[in-house]
Amino acid sequence: MIWQIDTAMLLLVVVVALASLQVKDLLGAGILFGAYSFMMCVLWTVMGAVDVAFTEATVGAGVSTVLFIAAVFRTSRRTKD
Amino acid sequence: MTEFLQTGLTAHYNYWIYIILMLIGLWAMMAKVNLIKKIIGMNIFQTAIILFYVSIGAKKGGTIPILEHAPGHGHEYIMDAALYINPLPHVLMLTAIVVSVATLGVALALALKTYREHKTLDEDEILSHLSE
Amino acid sequence: MKKLAFVTILLLGIVLMAITADFPRWGDPLSPASTYLSPHFIEKTMEETSVPNIVTAVLGDYRGYDTMFETTVVFCAGAACFFILGSFGREEDDKIRYFRHRDTGVVLKVQPHGTRPSSRADFERIDPTWTPYDFIISRVAGLMIPFIQLFGLYVVAHGHHSPGGGFQGGVILAASFLLLALSHNMRTLSARISNKVLGLMSASGVLIYAGWGALALAFGGNFLDYSVLGVLLGLDPIAARSMGIMIVEIGVALTVMSTMIIIYNNVASLGAYDEGL
Repeated sequence: MIWQIDTAMLLLVVVVALASLQVKDLLGAGILFGAYSFMMCVLWTVMGAVDVAFTEATVGAGVSTVLFIAAVFRTSRRTKD
Repeated sequence: MTEFLQTGLTAHYNYWIYIILMLIGLWAMMAKVNLIKKIIGMNIFQTAIILFYVSIGAKKGGTIPILEHAPGHGHEYIMDAALYINPLPHVLMLTAIVVSVATLGVALALALKTYREHKTLDEDEILSHLSE
Repeated sequence: MKKLAFVTILLLGIVLMAITADFPRWGDPLSPASTYLSPHFIEKTMEETSVPNIVTAVLGDYRGYDTMFETTVVFCAGAACFFILGSFGREEDDKIRYFRHRDTGVVLKVQPHGTRPSSRADFERIDPTWTPYDFIISRVAGLMIPFIQLFGLYVVAHGHHSPGGGFQGGVILAASFLLLALSHNMRTLSARISNKVLGLMSASGVLIYAGWGALALAFGGNFLDYSVLGVLLGLDPIAARSMGIMIVEIGVALTVMSTMIIIYNNVASLGAYDEGL
Protein backbone atom coordinates (compact mmCIF):
# COMPACT_ATOMS: atom_id res chain seq x y z
CA MET A 1 0.00 0.00 0.00
CA ILE A 2 2.54 2.56 -1.14
CA TRP A 3 0.56 5.75 -1.24
CA GLN A 4 2.42 7.33 -4.16
CA ILE A 5 1.54 4.49 -6.54
CA ASP A 6 -2.02 4.45 -5.26
CA THR A 7 -2.62 8.17 -5.81
CA ALA A 8 -1.03 8.16 -9.26
CA MET A 9 -3.07 5.13 -10.36
CA LEU A 10 -6.32 6.60 -9.03
CA LEU A 11 -5.84 9.87 -10.92
CA LEU A 12 -4.93 7.95 -14.08
CA VAL A 13 -8.08 5.85 -13.74
CA VAL A 14 -10.26 8.97 -13.57
CA VAL A 15 -8.54 10.41 -16.65
CA VAL A 16 -9.02 7.23 -18.69
CA ALA A 17 -12.68 6.95 -17.64
CA LEU A 18 -13.34 10.52 -18.78
CA ALA A 19 -11.47 9.91 -22.03
CA SER A 20 -13.42 6.79 -22.92
CA LEU A 21 -16.64 8.74 -22.55
CA GLN A 22 -15.56 11.75 -24.59
CA VAL A 23 -14.10 10.27 -27.79
CA LYS A 24 -16.40 10.34 -30.78
CA ASP A 25 -15.25 7.04 -32.23
CA LEU A 26 -17.00 4.08 -30.60
CA LEU A 27 -14.20 1.67 -31.36
CA GLY A 28 -11.76 3.95 -29.52
CA ALA A 29 -14.20 4.14 -26.62
CA GLY A 30 -14.25 0.35 -26.41
CA ILE A 31 -10.47 0.08 -26.41
CA LEU A 32 -10.14 2.81 -23.78
CA PHE A 33 -12.69 0.95 -21.71
CA GLY A 34 -10.45 -2.12 -21.89
CA ALA A 35 -7.52 -0.01 -20.68
CA TYR A 36 -9.65 1.38 -17.80
CA SER A 37 -10.59 -2.14 -16.80
CA PHE A 38 -6.97 -3.26 -16.79
CA MET A 39 -5.91 -0.28 -14.68
CA MET A 40 -8.60 -1.17 -12.14
CA CYS A 41 -7.11 -4.66 -12.03
CA VAL A 42 -3.65 -3.22 -11.24
CA LEU A 43 -5.18 -1.03 -8.49
CA TRP A 44 -6.74 -4.02 -6.83
CA THR A 45 -3.52 -6.01 -7.02
CA VAL A 46 -1.72 -3.17 -5.24
CA MET A 47 -4.42 -3.21 -2.56
CA GLY A 48 -3.94 -6.95 -2.08
CA ALA A 49 -7.17 -8.29 -3.60
CA VAL A 50 -5.63 -10.91 -5.89
CA ASP A 51 -8.78 -12.95 -6.54
CA VAL A 52 -10.79 -9.87 -7.52
CA ALA A 53 -7.94 -8.62 -9.74
CA PHE A 54 -7.67 -12.03 -11.47
CA THR A 55 -11.39 -12.02 -12.21
CA GLU A 56 -11.36 -8.45 -13.50
CA ALA A 57 -8.33 -9.14 -15.69
CA THR A 58 -10.01 -12.06 -17.44
CA VAL A 59 -13.56 -10.69 -17.49
CA GLY A 60 -12.98 -6.99 -18.02
CA ALA A 61 -9.93 -6.82 -20.21
CA GLY A 62 -10.82 -10.02 -22.04
CA VAL A 63 -14.44 -10.91 -22.59
CA SER A 64 -15.97 -7.49 -21.98
CA THR A 65 -13.78 -5.65 -24.49
CA VAL A 66 -14.44 -8.31 -27.15
CA LEU A 67 -18.20 -7.97 -26.56
CA PHE A 68 -18.03 -4.18 -26.94
CA ILE A 69 -16.07 -4.40 -30.18
CA ALA A 70 -18.47 -7.02 -31.53
CA ALA A 71 -21.44 -4.76 -30.73
CA VAL A 72 -19.75 -1.74 -32.37
CA PHE A 73 -18.99 -3.87 -35.44
CA ARG A 74 -22.66 -4.69 -35.83
CA THR A 75 -23.86 -1.08 -35.42
CA SER A 76 -22.43 2.24 -36.49
CA ARG A 77 -19.02 3.45 -35.44
CA ARG A 78 -19.52 7.20 -35.21
CA THR A 79 -21.44 8.98 -32.54
CA LYS A 80 -22.57 12.55 -32.16
CA ASP A 81 -21.37 13.01 -28.62
CA MET B 1 -14.87 23.61 7.00
CA THR B 2 -11.14 24.05 6.84
CA GLU B 3 -10.41 21.18 9.17
CA PHE B 4 -12.80 19.04 7.16
CA LEU B 5 -10.71 19.84 4.09
CA GLN B 6 -7.49 19.24 6.00
CA THR B 7 -8.38 15.82 7.37
CA GLY B 8 -10.07 15.03 4.11
CA LEU B 9 -7.04 15.70 1.97
CA THR B 10 -4.73 13.65 4.14
CA ALA B 11 -6.92 10.78 5.31
CA HIS B 12 -9.97 10.52 3.10
CA TYR B 13 -8.72 11.57 -0.33
CA ASN B 14 -9.19 8.08 -1.70
CA TYR B 15 -12.90 8.12 -0.84
CA TRP B 16 -13.26 11.42 -2.68
CA ILE B 17 -11.74 9.91 -5.81
CA TYR B 18 -14.10 6.92 -5.59
CA ILE B 19 -17.06 9.29 -5.33
CA ILE B 20 -15.83 11.26 -8.35
CA LEU B 21 -15.54 8.03 -10.35
CA MET B 22 -19.03 6.92 -9.35
CA LEU B 23 -20.47 10.29 -10.34
CA ILE B 24 -18.70 10.16 -13.72
CA GLY B 25 -20.45 6.86 -14.39
CA LEU B 26 -23.82 8.14 -13.20
CA TRP B 27 -23.51 11.33 -15.26
CA ALA B 28 -22.68 9.29 -18.37
CA MET B 29 -25.77 7.16 -17.90
CA MET B 30 -27.98 10.24 -17.65
CA ALA B 31 -26.50 12.83 -19.97
CA LYS B 32 -24.99 10.93 -22.89
CA VAL B 33 -27.11 10.51 -26.00
CA ASN B 34 -25.52 7.40 -27.52
CA LEU B 35 -26.64 4.02 -26.13
CA ILE B 36 -23.18 2.48 -26.13
CA LYS B 37 -21.80 5.41 -24.12
CA LYS B 38 -24.57 4.87 -21.59
CA ILE B 39 -23.54 1.23 -21.28
CA ILE B 40 -19.91 2.24 -20.76
CA GLY B 41 -21.10 4.62 -18.04
CA MET B 42 -22.96 1.79 -16.33
CA ASN B 43 -19.80 -0.30 -16.26
CA ILE B 44 -17.72 2.58 -14.89
CA PHE B 45 -20.29 3.00 -12.11
CA GLN B 46 -20.16 -0.70 -11.25
CA THR B 47 -16.36 -0.93 -11.16
CA ALA B 48 -16.14 2.24 -9.03
CA ILE B 49 -18.42 0.67 -6.42
CA ILE B 50 -16.36 -2.53 -6.47
CA LEU B 51 -13.23 -0.41 -5.95
CA PHE B 52 -14.82 1.24 -2.92
CA TYR B 53 -15.67 -2.08 -1.30
CA VAL B 54 -12.30 -3.64 -1.97
CA SER B 55 -10.50 -0.67 -0.46
CA ILE B 56 -12.46 -1.14 2.77
CA GLY B 57 -10.74 -4.47 3.28
CA ALA B 58 -7.20 -3.17 2.98
CA LYS B 59 -5.03 -3.18 6.10
CA LYS B 60 -1.69 -1.49 6.67
CA GLY B 61 0.97 -4.18 6.80
CA GLY B 62 -1.35 -7.03 5.92
CA THR B 63 -0.66 -9.63 3.26
CA ILE B 64 -2.94 -11.37 0.76
CA PRO B 65 -5.68 -13.58 2.26
CA ILE B 66 -4.08 -16.96 1.54
CA LEU B 67 -2.83 -18.72 4.65
CA GLU B 68 0.94 -19.09 4.81
CA HIS B 69 3.01 -21.90 6.19
CA ALA B 70 4.82 -21.31 9.47
CA PRO B 71 8.56 -21.14 8.81
CA GLY B 72 10.37 -24.30 9.77
CA HIS B 73 7.27 -26.39 10.49
CA GLY B 74 5.81 -27.02 7.08
CA HIS B 75 2.43 -28.35 8.14
CA GLU B 76 1.20 -25.59 10.39
CA TYR B 77 -0.22 -22.30 9.22
CA ILE B 78 0.13 -18.80 10.62
CA MET B 79 -3.38 -17.83 11.65
CA ASP B 80 -3.05 -14.38 13.16
CA ALA B 81 -6.00 -12.24 12.08
CA ALA B 82 -4.05 -8.98 12.05
CA LEU B 83 -1.57 -10.28 9.48
CA TYR B 84 -4.05 -10.88 6.66
CA ILE B 85 -6.23 -8.34 4.96
CA ASN B 86 -9.97 -8.68 5.31
CA PRO B 87 -11.27 -11.27 2.84
CA LEU B 88 -15.00 -10.60 3.15
CA PRO B 89 -15.31 -7.70 0.66
CA HIS B 90 -13.35 -9.71 -1.90
CA VAL B 91 -15.90 -12.50 -1.76
CA LEU B 92 -18.84 -10.17 -2.30
CA MET B 93 -17.12 -8.34 -5.11
CA LEU B 94 -16.27 -11.52 -7.01
CA THR B 95 -19.97 -12.12 -7.40
CA ALA B 96 -20.49 -8.48 -8.36
CA ILE B 97 -17.95 -8.63 -11.20
CA VAL B 98 -19.49 -11.71 -12.78
CA VAL B 99 -22.99 -10.27 -12.48
CA SER B 100 -21.76 -7.05 -14.09
CA VAL B 101 -20.48 -8.87 -17.15
CA ALA B 102 -23.75 -10.78 -17.45
CA THR B 103 -25.63 -7.46 -17.28
CA LEU B 104 -23.29 -6.06 -19.94
CA GLY B 105 -24.15 -8.94 -22.27
CA VAL B 106 -27.89 -8.41 -21.89
CA ALA B 107 -27.55 -4.61 -22.25
CA LEU B 108 -25.59 -5.01 -25.50
CA ALA B 109 -28.19 -7.47 -26.79
CA LEU B 110 -30.94 -4.92 -26.11
CA ALA B 111 -28.93 -2.16 -27.81
CA LEU B 112 -28.45 -4.32 -30.89
CA LYS B 113 -32.14 -5.13 -31.02
CA THR B 114 -32.94 -1.41 -30.80
CA TYR B 115 -30.53 -0.75 -33.67
CA ARG B 116 -32.24 -3.41 -35.75
CA GLU B 117 -35.60 -1.69 -35.25
CA HIS B 118 -34.69 2.01 -35.57
CA LYS B 119 -31.41 1.92 -37.52
CA THR B 120 -29.80 4.34 -35.07
CA LEU B 121 -28.25 4.30 -31.62
CA ASP B 122 -29.06 7.92 -30.81
CA GLU B 123 -31.48 8.41 -27.96
CA ASP B 124 -33.04 11.61 -29.39
CA GLU B 125 -33.73 10.04 -32.77
CA ILE B 126 -35.22 6.94 -31.18
CA LEU B 127 -37.54 9.05 -29.05
CA SER B 128 -38.67 11.02 -32.11
CA HIS B 129 -39.34 7.75 -33.96
CA LEU B 130 -41.41 6.47 -31.07
CA SER B 131 -43.49 9.61 -30.69
CA GLU B 132 -44.58 9.90 -34.27
CA MET C 1 -32.18 17.89 -19.38
CA LYS C 2 -28.40 17.82 -19.38
CA LYS C 3 -28.17 20.84 -17.09
CA LEU C 4 -30.62 19.21 -14.71
CA ALA C 5 -28.52 16.04 -14.72
CA PHE C 6 -25.35 18.01 -14.03
CA VAL C 7 -26.90 19.92 -11.14
CA THR C 8 -28.24 16.69 -9.61
CA ILE C 9 -24.83 15.03 -9.86
CA LEU C 10 -23.15 18.03 -8.25
CA LEU C 11 -25.55 18.04 -5.31
CA LEU C 12 -25.19 14.30 -4.86
CA GLY C 13 -21.42 14.67 -4.92
CA ILE C 14 -21.43 17.32 -2.21
CA VAL C 15 -23.67 15.22 0.02
CA LEU C 16 -21.53 12.12 -0.44
CA MET C 17 -18.30 13.95 0.25
CA ALA C 18 -19.75 15.38 3.43
CA ILE C 19 -20.57 11.85 4.56
CA THR C 20 -16.99 10.65 4.13
CA ALA C 21 -15.87 12.62 7.17
CA ASP C 22 -17.05 9.73 9.33
CA PHE C 23 -15.30 6.93 7.47
CA PRO C 24 -12.35 5.12 9.01
CA ARG C 25 -8.88 5.77 7.69
CA TRP C 26 -7.72 3.77 4.73
CA GLY C 27 -5.94 0.68 5.99
CA ASP C 28 -7.11 0.82 9.58
CA PRO C 29 -6.98 -2.67 11.13
CA LEU C 30 -9.61 -1.75 13.72
CA SER C 31 -12.26 -0.56 11.26
CA PRO C 32 -15.73 -2.06 11.76
CA ALA C 33 -15.49 -4.06 8.55
CA SER C 34 -12.55 -6.04 9.87
CA THR C 35 -13.64 -6.79 13.41
CA TYR C 36 -16.66 -9.05 13.59
CA LEU C 37 -16.74 -11.91 11.11
CA SER C 38 -13.47 -11.74 9.28
CA PRO C 39 -11.18 -12.75 12.21
CA HIS C 40 -13.40 -15.83 12.64
CA PHE C 41 -12.99 -16.67 8.96
CA ILE C 42 -9.24 -16.14 8.98
CA GLU C 43 -8.60 -18.22 12.10
CA LYS C 44 -11.11 -21.01 11.65
CA THR C 45 -10.87 -21.77 7.92
CA MET C 46 -8.06 -24.28 8.23
CA GLU C 47 -9.55 -26.32 11.03
CA GLU C 48 -13.07 -26.35 9.62
CA THR C 49 -12.51 -26.75 5.90
CA SER C 50 -8.76 -27.30 5.36
CA VAL C 51 -8.61 -24.85 2.46
CA PRO C 52 -5.78 -22.28 2.69
CA ASN C 53 -7.35 -19.80 0.26
CA ILE C 54 -9.75 -17.95 2.55
CA VAL C 55 -11.65 -16.29 -0.30
CA THR C 56 -12.44 -19.63 -1.96
CA ALA C 57 -13.50 -21.16 1.34
CA VAL C 58 -15.88 -18.32 2.15
CA LEU C 59 -17.22 -18.22 -1.43
CA GLY C 60 -17.79 -21.94 -1.76
CA ASP C 61 -18.71 -22.99 1.73
CA TYR C 62 -19.63 -20.26 4.20
CA ARG C 63 -21.50 -18.15 1.61
CA GLY C 64 -22.38 -20.95 -0.79
CA TYR C 65 -26.05 -19.96 -1.12
CA ASP C 66 -24.99 -16.62 -2.57
CA THR C 67 -22.71 -18.27 -5.13
CA MET C 68 -25.43 -20.68 -6.19
CA PHE C 69 -27.82 -17.89 -7.05
CA GLU C 70 -25.11 -15.98 -8.80
CA THR C 71 -24.52 -18.99 -11.05
CA THR C 72 -28.25 -19.00 -11.75
CA VAL C 73 -28.11 -15.30 -12.65
CA VAL C 74 -25.30 -15.96 -15.13
CA PHE C 75 -27.29 -18.78 -16.71
CA CYS C 76 -30.39 -16.55 -16.94
CA ALA C 77 -28.34 -13.82 -18.64
CA GLY C 78 -27.21 -16.29 -21.30
CA ALA C 79 -30.77 -17.43 -21.83
CA ALA C 80 -31.98 -13.81 -22.02
CA CYS C 81 -29.41 -12.96 -24.70
CA PHE C 82 -30.55 -15.95 -26.70
CA PHE C 83 -34.21 -15.01 -26.46
CA ILE C 84 -33.68 -11.33 -27.25
CA LEU C 85 -31.53 -11.76 -30.31
CA GLY C 86 -32.00 -15.28 -31.56
CA SER C 87 -33.85 -15.75 -34.78
CA PHE C 88 -35.96 -18.84 -34.84
CA GLY C 89 -36.66 -20.59 -38.07
CA ARG C 90 -34.80 -22.57 -40.65
CA GLU C 91 -32.35 -21.33 -43.18
CA GLU C 92 -34.32 -19.31 -45.71
CA ASP C 93 -34.22 -20.39 -49.30
CA ASP C 94 -35.49 -17.10 -50.72
CA LYS C 95 -32.27 -15.15 -50.37
CA ILE C 96 -29.14 -14.97 -52.49
CA ARG C 97 -26.54 -17.38 -51.10
CA TYR C 98 -22.82 -17.55 -51.82
CA PHE C 99 -20.73 -20.70 -51.88
CA ARG C 100 -16.99 -20.78 -52.15
CA HIS C 101 -14.92 -23.69 -53.45
CA ARG C 102 -12.27 -24.43 -50.88
CA ASP C 103 -9.38 -25.38 -53.15
CA THR C 104 -9.61 -22.86 -55.97
CA GLY C 105 -11.45 -19.94 -54.32
CA VAL C 106 -14.17 -19.72 -56.93
CA VAL C 107 -17.37 -18.21 -55.48
CA LEU C 108 -20.78 -19.32 -56.72
CA LYS C 109 -23.77 -17.05 -56.35
CA VAL C 110 -26.97 -19.04 -56.02
CA GLN C 111 -30.22 -17.17 -56.77
CA PRO C 112 -33.27 -17.50 -54.52
CA HIS C 113 -34.76 -20.97 -54.57
CA GLY C 114 -31.88 -22.24 -56.63
CA THR C 115 -30.12 -25.53 -56.08
CA ARG C 116 -27.16 -25.42 -53.72
CA PRO C 117 -23.97 -27.39 -54.46
CA SER C 118 -24.40 -30.94 -53.30
CA SER C 119 -20.92 -31.64 -51.94
CA ARG C 120 -20.57 -30.10 -48.47
CA ALA C 121 -16.91 -30.96 -48.18
CA ASP C 122 -15.79 -28.95 -51.19
CA PHE C 123 -17.99 -25.90 -50.86
CA GLU C 124 -18.37 -23.70 -47.80
CA ARG C 125 -21.16 -21.21 -47.21
CA ILE C 126 -19.95 -17.61 -46.90
CA ASP C 127 -21.61 -14.23 -46.46
CA PRO C 128 -21.25 -10.88 -48.22
CA THR C 129 -18.98 -9.64 -45.44
CA TRP C 130 -16.47 -12.48 -45.76
CA THR C 131 -12.79 -11.55 -45.84
CA PRO C 132 -9.93 -13.92 -46.71
CA TYR C 133 -8.31 -15.47 -43.69
CA ASP C 134 -4.83 -14.74 -42.59
CA PHE C 135 -2.79 -17.93 -42.53
CA ILE C 136 -0.39 -16.76 -39.83
CA ILE C 137 -3.07 -15.64 -37.41
CA SER C 138 -5.14 -18.77 -37.73
CA ARG C 139 -2.16 -21.11 -37.33
CA VAL C 140 -0.63 -19.27 -34.36
CA ALA C 141 -3.99 -19.06 -32.61
CA GLY C 142 -4.51 -22.74 -33.28
CA LEU C 143 -1.21 -23.48 -31.53
CA MET C 144 -2.05 -21.31 -28.52
CA ILE C 145 -5.57 -22.55 -27.83
CA PRO C 146 -4.71 -25.93 -26.20
CA PHE C 147 -2.31 -24.24 -23.77
CA ILE C 148 -4.88 -21.63 -22.81
CA GLN C 149 -7.36 -24.39 -22.10
CA LEU C 150 -4.82 -26.26 -20.02
CA PHE C 151 -4.17 -23.12 -18.02
CA GLY C 152 -7.90 -22.62 -17.52
CA LEU C 153 -8.27 -26.14 -16.14
CA TYR C 154 -5.26 -25.55 -13.88
CA VAL C 155 -6.84 -22.37 -12.49
CA VAL C 156 -10.08 -24.23 -11.72
CA ALA C 157 -8.26 -27.09 -10.00
CA HIS C 158 -5.90 -24.92 -7.92
CA GLY C 159 -8.50 -22.61 -6.46
CA HIS C 160 -7.79 -24.02 -3.02
CA HIS C 161 -4.15 -23.06 -2.76
CA SER C 162 -3.66 -20.07 -5.05
CA PRO C 163 -5.79 -17.24 -6.43
CA GLY C 164 -8.25 -18.75 -8.83
CA GLY C 165 -11.34 -20.88 -8.61
CA GLY C 166 -14.42 -21.52 -10.67
CA PHE C 167 -15.14 -18.09 -12.17
CA GLN C 168 -11.66 -17.26 -13.33
CA GLY C 169 -11.07 -20.71 -14.83
CA GLY C 170 -14.43 -20.68 -16.60
CA VAL C 171 -13.76 -17.29 -18.19
CA ILE C 172 -10.27 -18.38 -19.33
CA LEU C 173 -11.76 -21.48 -20.96
CA ALA C 174 -14.37 -19.32 -22.67
CA ALA C 175 -11.63 -16.97 -23.88
CA SER C 176 -9.90 -19.86 -25.64
CA PHE C 177 -13.05 -20.61 -27.63
CA LEU C 178 -13.50 -16.93 -28.41
CA LEU C 179 -9.95 -16.92 -29.78
CA LEU C 180 -10.99 -19.73 -32.09
CA ALA C 181 -14.01 -17.76 -33.26
CA LEU C 182 -11.99 -14.59 -33.81
CA SER C 183 -9.05 -16.12 -35.64
CA HIS C 184 -10.91 -18.57 -37.82
CA ASN C 185 -14.65 -18.22 -38.37
CA MET C 186 -17.79 -18.43 -36.30
CA ARG C 187 -18.89 -21.43 -38.35
CA THR C 188 -15.67 -23.18 -37.24
CA LEU C 189 -16.66 -22.56 -33.63
CA SER C 190 -20.19 -23.82 -34.29
CA ALA C 191 -18.76 -26.95 -35.87
CA ARG C 192 -16.67 -27.58 -32.74
CA ILE C 193 -19.34 -26.75 -30.16
CA SER C 194 -22.92 -26.39 -31.32
CA ASN C 195 -25.33 -24.06 -29.57
CA LYS C 196 -27.39 -26.95 -28.30
CA VAL C 197 -24.39 -28.40 -26.44
CA LEU C 198 -23.61 -24.97 -24.98
CA GLY C 199 -27.13 -24.55 -23.66
CA LEU C 200 -27.06 -28.01 -22.12
CA MET C 201 -23.68 -27.38 -20.49
CA SER C 202 -24.73 -24.12 -18.89
CA ALA C 203 -27.85 -25.72 -17.45
CA SER C 204 -25.92 -28.74 -16.19
CA GLY C 205 -23.50 -26.47 -14.33
CA VAL C 206 -26.35 -25.06 -12.26
CA LEU C 207 -27.70 -28.60 -11.83
CA ILE C 208 -24.36 -29.82 -10.45
CA TYR C 209 -24.25 -27.02 -7.90
CA ALA C 210 -27.84 -27.26 -6.71
CA GLY C 211 -27.83 -31.04 -6.97
CA TRP C 212 -24.76 -31.36 -4.78
CA GLY C 213 -26.40 -29.19 -2.16
CA ALA C 214 -29.65 -31.14 -2.37
CA LEU C 215 -27.70 -34.39 -1.99
CA ALA C 216 -26.61 -33.11 1.40
CA LEU C 217 -30.31 -32.85 2.26
CA ALA C 218 -30.77 -36.50 1.30
CA PHE C 219 -28.00 -37.55 3.66
CA GLY C 220 -29.49 -35.85 6.69
CA GLY C 221 -27.69 -32.50 6.82
CA ASN C 222 -28.81 -29.01 5.87
CA PHE C 223 -28.94 -27.75 2.31
CA LEU C 224 -25.39 -27.08 1.05
CA ASP C 225 -23.83 -28.65 4.15
CA TYR C 226 -21.01 -30.63 2.58
CA SER C 227 -19.67 -32.27 5.73
CA VAL C 228 -22.40 -34.96 5.84
CA LEU C 229 -21.40 -36.11 2.36
CA GLY C 230 -18.23 -37.63 3.75
CA VAL C 231 -19.86 -41.07 3.78
CA LEU C 232 -20.45 -40.80 0.03
CA LEU C 233 -16.84 -39.94 -0.76
CA GLY C 234 -15.22 -41.96 2.01
CA LEU C 235 -13.62 -38.98 3.79
CA ASP C 236 -13.86 -37.36 7.20
CA PRO C 237 -16.16 -34.29 7.42
CA ILE C 238 -13.43 -31.66 7.08
CA ALA C 239 -11.96 -33.13 3.89
CA ALA C 240 -15.50 -33.65 2.59
CA ARG C 241 -16.07 -29.91 2.82
CA SER C 242 -12.90 -29.28 0.85
CA MET C 243 -13.96 -31.76 -1.84
CA GLY C 244 -17.48 -30.30 -1.86
CA ILE C 245 -16.05 -26.87 -2.64
CA MET C 246 -14.09 -28.40 -5.52
CA ILE C 247 -17.16 -30.00 -7.05
CA VAL C 248 -19.30 -26.90 -6.92
CA GLU C 249 -16.45 -24.91 -8.47
CA ILE C 250 -16.53 -27.32 -11.43
CA GLY C 251 -20.25 -26.60 -11.82
CA VAL C 252 -19.63 -22.86 -11.69
CA ALA C 253 -16.84 -23.08 -14.28
CA LEU C 254 -19.08 -25.04 -16.68
CA THR C 255 -21.89 -22.50 -16.47
CA VAL C 256 -19.67 -19.44 -16.76
CA MET C 257 -17.79 -20.86 -19.76
CA SER C 258 -20.89 -21.76 -21.77
CA THR C 259 -22.68 -18.52 -20.94
CA MET C 260 -19.79 -16.35 -22.14
CA ILE C 261 -19.67 -18.26 -25.43
CA ILE C 262 -23.47 -18.00 -25.83
CA ILE C 263 -23.41 -14.24 -25.22
CA TYR C 264 -20.58 -13.79 -27.74
CA ASN C 265 -22.37 -15.92 -30.35
CA ASN C 266 -25.54 -13.89 -30.06
CA VAL C 267 -23.96 -10.43 -29.93
CA ALA C 268 -21.40 -10.93 -32.70
CA SER C 269 -23.76 -12.38 -35.24
CA LEU C 270 -27.08 -10.67 -34.37
CA GLY C 271 -28.63 -14.01 -33.66
CA ALA C 272 -28.01 -15.60 -36.99
CA TYR C 273 -24.81 -17.50 -36.09
CA ASP C 274 -23.33 -17.13 -39.53
CA GLU C 275 -20.45 -14.74 -39.70
CA GLY C 276 -19.02 -13.14 -36.60
CA LEU C 277 -16.21 -10.62 -36.31
